[in-house]
Parts: sequence; C-alpha cells; structure tokens
Amino acid sequence: MRAFISAVYLFLYAPIALVVLFSFNAGRNASEFTGFSTMWYGKALGNTFLVAALQNSLIIALTSATLAAIFGTMAALGMERLRPRSRAVLDGLFAAAIVVPGVVIGIATLVALVEVFSFMNPVLASVWPGENPPQLGLGYGSIIAAHGLFSMALVTMIVKARIASLGRDIVEASSDLYATPLTTFRLVVLPQILPSVLAGFLLSFTFSFDDFIIAFFVAGSKTTLPIYVFASIRRGVTPEINAVATLVLVASLMMILIARILMREKKPTN
Amino acid sequence: MALALNTKRGMVTAALVAPAVAWLFIFLVLPFIAMLVFSVGERAPEGGYQPAFTFAQFANLPARSAAFWNTLVLAPVGSLVCLVVAYPVAYYLAVRASPRYRLLLVSLVVVPFWTSLLVRTYAWMYLLGSRGIPHLLDMIGFEDVRILNTPGAVLLGIVYGYLPLMIMPIYVSLEKLDRRLLEASADLGAKPVSTFFSVTLPLSLPGVMTGLALVTILLLGEYLIPQLLGGGKVFFIGNALVDLFLQSRNWPFGSAIAVTLVVVVVFVLLIAMRIAWKIAGTRQVDLV
Repeated sequence: MRAFISAVYLFLYAPIALVVLFSFNAGRNASEFTGFSTMWYGKALGNTFLVAALQNSLIIALTSATLAAIFGTMAALGMERLRPRSRAVLDGLFAAAIVVPGVVIGIATLVALVEVFSFMNPVLASVWPGENPPQLGLGYGSIIAAHGLFSMALVTMIVKARIASLGRDIVEASSDLYATPLTTFRLVVLPQILPSVLAGFLLSFTFSFDDFIIAFFVAGSKTTLPIYVFASIRRGVTPEINAVATLVLVASLMMILIARILMREKKPTN
Repeated sequence: MALALNTKRGMVTAALVAPAVAWLFIFLVLPFIAMLVFSVGERAPEGGYQPAFTFAQFANLPARSAAFWNTLVLAPVGSLVCLVVAYPVAYYLAVRASPRYRLLLVSLVVVPFWTSLLVRTYAWMYLLGSRGIPHLLDMIGFEDVRILNTPGAVLLGIVYGYLPLMIMPIYVSLEKLDRRLLEASADLGAKPVSTFFSVTLPLSLPGVMTGLALVTILLLGEYLIPQLLGGGKVFFIGNALVDLFLQSRNWPFGSAIAVTLVVVVVFVLLIAMRIAWKIAGTRQVDLV
C-alpha cells in the first residue's frame, strides 16, 4: 500500500517538478538538461506582452478578490438573519454560481454583456455632450464581474461555515454585557471570522489568477496571463513557458499555503 | 425576496445581502435568461445572433454528437478511474497515516488542485510530447509511440487534474469514521477485509458520491485538458462551445449546446443528491 501511495504522490508532483527543473535549463532542448541557467526568466520578464498580461491578471485578481471578500462576507453575515425561504433562494443561487461550468458562465456573461453594450452604446452616444462618447466593451470589468461571481460564492461558503461553528453564545454573552450590536461585531465576531475572510480572499485571488476559460470568453481584447500562456503553448513549447509556468506555480502555491494555515481549525487532541 | 424593510434589523439585513443579490442577479440570472433567449434565436448572416423563436438550434444538436459522446463517456469514466486511484490514498491518509505527517500529506494533495490547471496540463503536454516519454521509449526500443492527442492522454490528464478533488471528500468521510466500529468489527471476529467491505466502505459512500459528482460535473464543462492533450482530435462539449462562440460565431447554436450542458449538469447533480440521500445524511465537503 505504501508503494502505491508513494507512486500517487510521485504522479502528482513529478510533472510539475519537471517543468520547474527545465525552466532552469541552459539549453533550448526540452529533452536534455545541459546546465543551470536563469536566462529563461530573464527572457520572460523582458517580454513586454507577458509583463502586460501579468499586470492585467494581477489587477483583475486583486479587484475581484477584494470585492468578493467584502460582499461575500456581508452576504454571509446577512444570510443568517434572513427568513428561511429567502435564505434557501440565495443558497441556491450561490450553489449555482459554483456548480455551473466555467465555460457556461463565460458564454452567458459574454452573450448578456454584448446585448447590453449594443443597447447602451447608442444611448450613451445620444446623451453624451462631448465629441467622443465612451464605448462600453469587454475588458477588465467583464472579467472582474465573472470572476467575482464564483469568488463571492466561495467566500460566502467559507465564512458561513465559520459563523456556523462560532455558535450564538459569545454573541449573546457580549450583548448581555451591554455591548451594542456594532461593538459586538467589531470586538467579538470580526476577529473570529477574519481568518476565514482572508482565506476566502486568497483562494479567490488564486482562482481568478489561474482561470483561463471564463476570461477566454469575456476578455475582449485584454490578455490575462493564462490566456497568454495558452496562446504561446499553441505556438509551440519553449523553455520560456516553463519559466512563466514556474512563476505561476510559486505564486498560487504561496497563496494556498497561507489560506490553509489561516483556515486551520484547532482540533482537540484525542 | 420579501424583506422586512420596516424594521431597523430588516434594513441592516437587506443592506448586507444587497450587493451579493445584485451581483448574482446581474451576472448570473440575467446572463442565463439571455442565453436561453439566444438558444431559440437564429444565426445572423454575418455571425452572432438575430431574434427569432425556433427550436431549430436544439434540433441541430446531433450535428455535435461527437462532442457529446466524448464528454458523456470520458467524464464518468474519468471520474471512476479517479475514484479507483483516490480511494486507497484517502484511506491511507485517514486511517493508516501517522498523525504527525497527516496534515502535511493532506496539504500535499490539496495544493495541486488550487494551482493552475493550465500549467499542470501543460506539464503533461511537455512530458508526453515527442521529446518526452515517447523519446525515452524510443531509446529502449519502442519506436514511434504516440501518446499525445489520443483519448488515453486525455484520460491521463483528467485523472491528474481531478485526483485531488476526488481524494478530499472521501478522506473527509473516512476521517469522521468512528474507530471503535472497526475495533468492534474485529472483536466480533471479522477479518480486516470483511471489516472493510461491511463497515468502512459503506460508511465512506457519501464521500465517494460527493467526489464522483464533483469530478463528473467539472469534467462535463472541461475544455483545457481535451484541447491540450487531445489536440483537437478528442473533442469535448467545452471545445465545441469555444469553437462556436469564438471561431464560427454561431451564437444561437452555441447557446443551445450550453443550455443542454446545464441540463445535463443539473441531471447529474439530482441523481447524485438522490443517491446521497438514500445512503445517509449529506455531509459538508472540505474543498480547501
């Protein structure tokens, strides 16, 4: 059994390790390691298209994760105060946001936004006082909206689980001691849920930073890092992609590790 | 959603959920309605959509039967293969692994799931490409082995990509298992094998069902793995959708396929929930 388990871990990590190893390969050849070098990292970071894509990805991930963390936490706090029927409707919508395949989310958002834009742009043009009316189009906004949908559902799920594990006792104790609801929230609830909010933020960031398929549909002319990587893979595998892939891996690895530490519950020892 | 706006408490509640409700409505409900409307429309001559009310798009679904066939075969097969590999790992982590290393070993399973699927799939492209494993096989005498761009490569990518998602729910359900039951079974003279089949396995079935449902549903909408490892020869519904929306610009037909995909996903979900209810109470899944 141990041999099988080791083999599975090897299976999970060997391919990634190989990509990381070959990102430091001095040669161009993908089948033999000819020496250690960081030249591909230099090449990658000197590539203006790639750096622009990285920038776009960071802006989108940061914005969508921040909005998701704020609105998702608010929703989680508000939902326990809702009547059961309203709560069930909201629960269902959040579940749908998580379960519906990314490819469908991308398509639905694309179709809806293109309709809205084709209606809004002439309206805007007719009421705009100046010469060049703003043109609504796909870009940052549409990617943030679509990523935020999944992320918000994720944050709500995580924070709600945390609130449920808190119990009402400490909140009641706080109000028995004459704390106002706001004070109770600030001093009792918020410190307790903050780690899960942060974990939700980091997971949302990772999701947005790594997502390819949703952005592929709604990015318009903008390029995110996964879209750039996908396009270069189709042009042919180069060591430069290994370097970029390694950077992406390290970034999401750090995020998920911090998120896991934040979410770790202290379990009673048996 | 009827909210009591007349009380202060009701207003606070409304304010708390308002942004999320607005977001869900504008970017989930409305787009879905738009997609439904598009699916009964017609393709405009220059591509895109023109209004109509016709079920011609749905009648045309057989034109993409290969994509449906590949998806509906490889998604369940893929998740079953995942299950076969995942179960021993989850069992080991929950029952056998020493508590000292358990957390580390579990983390090592979860972490890949949250790292870029694109990068992980690319790693296999790199491995299976002509300079990778086939090159090594060539050196030991197996000439001209092609792995990339076959259904086998897609299946491999599927197992690689979704193994963590299968291990986690099974691990969670096995971890909750009361060890005393296993001891009781042994005390009553059951051999380890029969304890496993009559106690452990039935009690872990909710986790197994959750894993199967999650992986199958995600696979139904998969695009990257068949695209990169199937090389356009093993086409999934996701690939058909990308083609219809971004290349041939037949939006109404694409919408009809997307609507059908959602129906299939809901169907799979309902079956999974039915079975889960039958087995026992549903359990929360730790995805993180």
